[in-house]
Amino acid sequence: MSEPILELTNVKTHFPVRRGAFLRRAGGTVRAVDGVSLTVMRGEVLGLVGESGCGKSTLARTILQLVPATAGTVVLEGRHLTGAGAKVMKEARRRLQMVFQDPYASLNPRMTVFAALAEPLVVHRLCPRSEVAARVADLLTLVGLPPRFGSKYPHEFSGGQRQRIAVARALALQPALIIADEPVSALDVSIQAQILNLFGQLVRRMHLSLLFITHDLAVVKHISDRVAVMYLGKIVELGPAAEVIERPLHPYTRALVSAIPFPDPDVERTRHRLVLTGDPPSPLHPPAGCAFHPRCPFAQERCRTAVPPLARAADDREVACIRVDEISSSDPV
Amino acid sequence: MPTLHRRPSSPPSLKCSPEAFLLPFPSSLTPFLPSFSLPVPLLEINDLRTWFHLRDGIHRAVDGISFALEKGEIVGLVGESGSGKSVTGLSLMSLVSQPPGRIEGGSAVFSGVDLLRCPAAEARAIRGRRIAMIFQDPMTSLNPYLRVSEQVIEPLIIHERISRAGALRRAVRMLEAVGLDDPARRLHQYPHEFSGGMRQRVMIAMALITGPELLIADEPTTALDVTVQAQILDLIHRLQRETGMAVIFITHDLGVVSGLCDRVLVMYAGRIVERGDVRDIFRQPRHPYTRALLRSSPALQPKGVELATIPGLPPDLARLPAGCAFAPRCEVATELCRGRDPALQEVAPGHATACLRVQAGAI
Repeated sequence: MSEPILELTNVKTHFPVRRGAFLRRAGGTVRAVDGVSLTVMRGEVLGLVGESGCGKSTLARTILQLVPATAGTVVLEGRHLTGAGAKVMKEARRRLQMVFQDPYASLNPRMTVFAALAEPLVVHRLCPRSEVAARVADLLTLVGLPPRFGSKYPHEFSGGQRQRIAVARALALQPALIIADEPVSALDVSIQAQILNLFGQLVRRMHLSLLFITHDLAVVKHISDRVAVMYLGKIVELGPAAEVIERPLHPYTRALVSAIPFPDPDVERTRHRLVLTGDPPSPLHPPAGCAFHPRCPFAQERCRTAVPPLARAADDREVACIRVDEISSSDPV
Repeated sequence: MPTLHRRPSSPPSLKCSPEAFLLPFPSSLTPFLPSFSLPVPLLEINDLRTWFHLRDGIHRAVDGISFALEKGEIVGLVGESGSGKSVTGLSLMSLVSQPPGRIEGGSAVFSGVDLLRCPAAEARAIRGRRIAMIFQDPMTSLNPYLRVSEQVIEPLIIHERISRAGALRRAVRMLEAVGLDDPARRLHQYPHEFSGGMRQRVMIAMALITGPELLIADEPTTALDVTVQAQILDLIHRLQRETGMAVIFITHDLGVVSGLCDRVLVMYAGRIVERGDVRDIFRQPRHPYTRALLRSSPALQPKGVELATIPGLPPDLARLPAGCAFAPRCEVATELCRGRDPALQEVAPGHATACLRVQAGAI
């Protein structure tokens, strides 16, 4: 019986925009995350997909309290992180770790691999000094690197190897949940496959929970149990990964799935495609009503005024679209 | 949407087959002879080698590639980082910094002119006018200090005798042709006022305004969101159909190649390892590297199954192994593979591979 590791309730992260160099008058608000509620269960891989500007990276930073939430609550294993003091956060960081997108920027170039992996163990006093070397060797082996690599510096490694080191560092504290923010986007396809397999193995062996943020639907379908689709700060669809991607219900998810070129000429050249017009909107000037309505092929008058709630649309599926029952099987108007 | 200004192709094609002049038959019988004109490839590359002379050694970024591109063809140049695909495009455009790069050898004949050996003035007349290139990152490829108008008319001012007013009129039509709304107003804006997808459209407008016969597109959609990528790929496809230009599309994305390209060249460690029609490459890949790439693609693998991976790393281009460059990572390599340097050889009509074992019919 699985229990929730992370619970987000109506989380909002808004950034005020100040115009002018001297007077600093208020110029509006960037609603980067605008009311997100999510639960990640123990041992689950939850994928979070969306394009640039949708707020997925800001959501990751908000969960970690690297950026304070403007509203809502973030609860990790029953403990409130929002508004928590330094002591609570230090405890929480043992249980919650992050792997970043850019393997060239996320490792300190002046620290050896050994130093980078030993640091969390020492800071959190997880084991006596005499055991640190053994633990670091274990971590490197866990991610498929030989322990002798500990004496090297990050610049001596390739992107894929650095990402493995970043994963080893995240695992050092034996967290309950790892947030991976586009961990394979900067890597070649063949190396991507190695890192994805690694994540899969770790999740299974260590019963780890993983919040996997990416824009790549093929990757998210492969590795995730459930997937949440974000658009302009809100979740627009949530459900089992394979289901959502094979039978998307929200018009944006349908367009997103359709936009992905499929690596098979016979399929790719004959399939029906839904190509969106226009550009993704700016979170500084969100459209009224449903944020997607200006680009939505199914939009009607009421979509311009009503903000659709994320509601149950089928077994295991939540969709934020007031027309979802009418449009699921028809082609665009 | 207006169709694009298209320069007439040169040289003019022959009106009758060359053979008619050689045979001693009376002219009344020539209609009975099969008449065909040999198609001259638009671009013929032969043994192109571009090496970088760096402190730690000579990096053989492109190490002997040969292929022919027909008029109006869309060819995909596929490979991972370090495969040499971008350097190939840059070499054709004389954009490789020399030093430390150097075109060590080979030829690239475009419409009778060897791009690698012609005088600089001739290269300048071709580059930007008859061959155009678009790049990956539209954020850094446009000059942030100049209005879009100045950048889009620049190729016209340089290559054609045209007034500024005339050039601006053509620029507005071009922006409309690439799908930008309100083109007359947009023309006078700065790049930072455009989104990524729109900047890429501006770059495509700049590239195509002179009506080139060949477009080299170096990962033009990699930095874009997937829904915007779909729009840009559609745009390139439509423009190609309207103008009949040839396209060399450089990418690592097999999905993009499936949708857009007629033929595919797979590159590894500076060489072409497989070449063929797009359907043949995907249905029956004939090189272990191509097969491994397809097997490691999450889109093609069932959920839950571990992805096939290619062990190890791409080779150091300054220290290439003897024999086949892929052998150290190849699961079916034999001693022969490690000893002999394979050449690209046709194993089926239009389908070539640089794998000794496939050439021998073993796999």
